[in-house]
Amino acid sequence: MSVVVGYVPNERGKAALHAALEETRFRGGPLVVVNSTRADRLVDPRYAQEDGLTELEETLSRAGADYELRHFASRETAAEDLLGVAREVSAELLVIGVRRRTPVGKLLLGSTAQTVILEAPCPVLAVKT
Amino acid sequence: MSLLDGFATAAQPIYLLYALAGVFLGTAVGVLPGIGPAMTVALLMPLTYSLEPTAAFIVFAGIYYGGMYGGSTTSILLNTPGESASIVTALEGNKMARAGRGAAALATAAVGSFVAGTLATVALTFVAPTAADLAVRLGPVDYVALMVLAFLTVGALLGSSVSRGLVALTLGLFLGLVGVDAISGQQRYTLGVPVLTDGIDVVLVAVGLFAVGEALYIGSQLRKGPVHVVPITKGWRSWMSRQDWARSWKPWLRGTAIGFPIGTIPAGGADVSTFLSYASERRLAKGRSKEEFGHGAIEGVAGPESANNAAAAGVLVPLLTLGLPTSATAAIMLAAFQRYNIQPGPLLFENESALVWALIASLYVGNVMLLALNLPLVGMWVKILQVPRHYLYAGILTFAAMGAFAVNFTPADVVILVVIGVLGFFMRRYGYPVAPLVVGLILGPMFEAQLRRALSISEGDPATLVSSTFAVAVYASVLVVMGVSFWLRRRERGLEEVMAAEERAAGEPAATPADRAADKDKEMA
Repeated sequence: MSVVVGYVPNERGKAALHAALEETRFRGGPLVVVNSTRADRLVDPRYAQEDGLTELEETLSRAGADYELRHFASRETAAEDLLGVAREVSAELLVIGVRRRTPVGKLLLGSTAQTVILEAPCPVLAVKT
Repeated sequence: MSLLDGFATAAQPIYLLYALAGVFLGTAVGVLPGIGPAMTVALLMPLTYSLEPTAAFIVFAGIYYGGMYGGSTTSILLNTPGESASIVTALEGNKMARAGRGAAALATAAVGSFVAGTLATVALTFVAPTAADLAVRLGPVDYVALMVLAFLTVGALLGSSVSRGLVALTLGLFLGLVGVDAISGQQRYTLGVPVLTDGIDVVLVAVGLFAVGEALYIGSQLRKGPVHVVPITKGWRSWMSRQDWARSWKPWLRGTAIGFPIGTIPAGGADVSTFLSYASERRLAKGRSKEEFGHGAIEGVAGPESANNAAAAGVLVPLLTLGLPTSATAAIMLAAFQRYNIQPGPLLFENESALVWALIASLYVGNVMLLALNLPLVGMWVKILQVPRHYLYAGILTFAAMGAFAVNFTPADVVILVVIGVLGFFMRRYGYPVAPLVVGLILGPMFEAQLRRALSISEGDPATLVSSTFAVAVYASVLVVMGVSFWLRRRERGLEEVMAAEERAAGEPAATPADRAADKDKEMA
């Protein structure tokens, strides 16, 4: 049984990672860190680049966690990538960061967090920053 | 005095607004790789039919200048040149950004563009009327010679391959023949299709090649991984240190001095001038700057960025005084002039003096606006790059189809647009430059008219084509320009190989000369 965390290289992602590390310590079992991009735009700030990845791996190994990093480009949305990994490793818990959204923004763009929470095969821990 | 009148026109609030819209749009398209000023002007042309010519040209000029500014941002922060004239900027600019001096690189590019743009506009103000006075005395024979020069430089010199450029040029000349012959009234190459008797509209070809072709090409390779943006760590207060200013001002002036003349003579437009400027800055660098070259020297950003802006102004000299475009954007602006029944040429400064001077005045105004827009808004320009490509290109295709329909309000034009778009895709896919095609299409009919006029004056004796001293001088300069340009190209290639070797040595993935050449073709727009 493992914990899956959706990571983005910003404050929210770090908060989620932090919470996920705590949970892993309680529950034991490996931590799967997911960071993906649809690669359909020139610049995607939510996709960790070289230095971001080094920093991430440092944080993970410093915490002494048994971790697995999934860093990839895919055709699916971030929510689907995360749910896919959760199903694949039959996760015990999914950890995501959430932020405040305006109703209009949600209407127009949808919400990754909402999709993850409603469709997850396991409990979801939503971390506020 | 006429310039002051121009300022009086350009300073009216409504024209200031048009100029602002133009430079804003221009910077945005300059930032986005794959979308250039040529494509934007082509897309907007049908939309500006309802505007009066002055407003339309102020917008177009803003887009043209804005594109030159915007290209540097992507070069420096992403190492992905937004347009071909910024390829050189990426060499030193991106290294500076990686070393945490991105703000200084952006600042020297913007201020350099401003200095060069303004100085070159001053030069344009003085050179253009003089050139127009000289041009009045030219006869059909001289025009034939000048157009041969324009065809050969645009066709053979601008792209990475001479033969492909000439193929594209020939295709453009052929498309220009479709329709009714102006002198005999005979139909040519219309295949009996009624829609083709009016000829193929330049707007359709330009929009089809630049917008539809490019959108299809991007669609064919939609998912390429995102690139790394170098974050600007320091605040906006630390743009340029005193030392940066001291190191930048000479390259700015040298870049201007190199760029403007190269833009004026049809010898390859802005790209050539950036390579020349970079090479000279590299050679002139002494002491610490010399060591910094290849690792982020500010001179290597300041020089080429001023050179490309100065060249952009230089290109307007032959366009306004002779009616000869030497770049794709200039060709499309010429088509826009023709649409308003204005023929750029020696008489433009007399017949449309108010329009021309308002246009030139708006270039000064646009330069100031661009300086104000560019530095503080870099964050916003980078945000534009986060727009998913499919949204962007879906919008462009819609605009293109609407614009094509608006030309004559016939659905058949949209079909022609799609056919040309598919042609554009294959040209892009197999490395044929599209700019010579557009230039051939626009200049072809003018060339034919002048050639036939010259031959009918001489009663069919071809020797008339070399009968004027001016024409002979132009043909001689064709040879010289060809020679010099091949020499320059060898130098340029040598420079690229040196850069590639250095980057490989530094253990970084290097863009091969072939990649750069491909980028250059793509972005000749």
